[in-house]
Amino acid sequence: MTAGELVAAIVAPPDLSAKRSWRSTKSGAMTCLMFASVVAVVLPLVAVLWAVFSRGLRVALHGFPAFFIDEIPVVARRPGPGMGPAILGTLLSTGAATLIALPLGVAGAVYLHEYGRTNRFSRLVRFMSNVMTGVPSIVMGLFIYITWTLRFGYSAFGGALALACLMLPVVIGATEQMLKLVPDHLREASYAVGTSKSRTIMAVVLPAAAPGIVSGALLAVARAAGETAPLLFAVGAATAYNPNLFVEANTALSIQIFGNATSSFVGAQDRAWGAALTLVLLTFLITLVARFVTARFARRR
Amino acid sequence: MAPQDLNKGSDVEPPAVRLAGPPRPAPTANPPKKGAGPAASIIFDLEKLEVFYGAFRAVREVTMQIFKNEITAFIGPSGCGKTTVLRCFNRMHDVTPGARVAGGLRYHTADLYGPRVSATEVRRRIGMVFQKPNPFPKSIYENVAFGLRSKGIRSKDDLDGIVEKSLRSAALWEEVKDRLRASALGLSGGQQQRLCIARTIAVGPEVVLMDEPCSALDPVATARIEELMRDLKSNFTIVIVTHNMQQAARVSDRTAFFTTEVDATFGRRTGTLVEYDETNRIFSNPHDERTENYITGRFG
Repeated sequence: MTAGELVAAIVAPPDLSAKRSWRSTKSGAMTCLMFASVVAVVLPLVAVLWAVFSRGLRVALHGFPAFFIDEIPVVARRPGPGMGPAILGTLLSTGAATLIALPLGVAGAVYLHEYGRTNRFSRLVRFMSNVMTGVPSIVMGLFIYITWTLRFGYSAFGGALALACLMLPVVIGATEQMLKLVPDHLREASYAVGTSKSRTIMAVVLPAAAPGIVSGALLAVARAAGETAPLLFAVGAATAYNPNLFVEANTALSIQIFGNATSSFVGAQDRAWGAALTLVLLTFLITLVARFVTARFARRR
Repeated sequence: MAPQDLNKGSDVEPPAVRLAGPPRPAPTANPPKKGAGPAASIIFDLEKLEVFYGAFRAVREVTMQIFKNEITAFIGPSGCGKTTVLRCFNRMHDVTPGARVAGGLRYHTADLYGPRVSATEVRRRIGMVFQKPNPFPKSIYENVAFGLRSKGIRSKDDLDGIVEKSLRSAALWEEVKDRLRASALGLSGGQQQRLCIARTIAVGPEVVLMDEPCSALDPVATARIEELMRDLKSNFTIVIVTHNMQQAARVSDRTAFFTTEVDATFGRRTGTLVEYDETNRIFSNPHDERTENYITGRFG
């Protein structure tokens, strides 16, 4: 070996190129598998959206905005719009349910996390709340039916009560998780300038947790908007506008979807698709608002 | 000033400082002398102070006095209880489940752990700056105004004035005056820590406790905080916990050296006060061998 060869051998760059190996093959296979999983997840979603839009869009846009405003035909076989009362009914019952469940749930979670912590009572409440999450919505509807509807009759408020019962454990759970994420050093910083515990919670802890609470709550709202079973029991199935929350039968989009889609008349089935589209758009809108509100809060930090 | 125990005769208002009512000016019977001296008035008087976490004794029998308008430094190895003692001074242990304080701890003549003492009122007079800068996720202005709003100050003019004064005192005003409404989280670490100091002094405390305020900062930011501490000394009494012996030597008037020892009763390591003296004496001529070993770097 000459001196030149020796130098060349020493200064030869290290081989950094990728080598074929069992490990890299496995990595490639796994990447493919994960991509396939993503497709498998997205496919049903796209299929559902396609079905709703392709059949519902024509109905909903026919003579726009008649479908979103007109009253529901009393005679189910008559084709044509609309779904106005159902939209109002859904907004009424989910709105009232949110007004009931959100303050109660947030206040409950604040007690559980900031005051009760791990005492016997709060452990019991937390357990009950978890159990409540698992109660089927139709059971909740049945409960409201015998405790409220049989006494006071059909109303959007009865539906709101049932939905509030369904939302409450979700709001409690989401809020408590968010409170857990507020670092203790923020609480200490507040105490250290002579701030009471209640004001620390109101002025530091809740604002810091607000984006999470709002998005958690709005997801619960979006879920509640689509609930059918508890509303069937408590709300009834009116066809005319009923702006009164507390008296007389009302209706909701989910009820109308159920009633019309199972009808044998094509006009009614079309209206069901239109209502389905409206409901999808409504929940989409709520989710968008949730994102927007979260972003607004986040920007203020 | 005769010490008075608030535990006895609870109907009698303590004459010097009332911790349950609106703030009153601190007593000025003994005008403080600059630097250490026998006539400097006593802010904290600790007598056999002990802190327990559950059944475990974390700090054993600390007896010392902390003087007005001085910087007192607590040094010692990890786990020696210096932060634990510091957190007694503004009742920060109240929020730690299981923590319990025993022994005597007076603020002026009032018993800090007396039955009618409100921790909130204590903390308005005895503020605290933490190891990690912890500004609220709010604007710079709102961070400083936070304690004032808790105190019930609503007038915008008052708030503006105190916010500016506090930020000036914390040597931060020039850097942030054009972006008071911007988020405090956009500041650098050193600026955030000075903001936390501004937030603390805004409520007008008499004492500022600092728990390793520079340990998360670079040397330049540390130098600025130390300079600030020397400026603040004329208006506030400062107690600082530090891991950095040079820092204690640079800024403090008095130094307390804590260490750990095995507690015979519990068989676990407990913090204890070894030596407390004027800083230059601690660093030049310590009495205790353990202090000498620590400051010369032989252990810890």
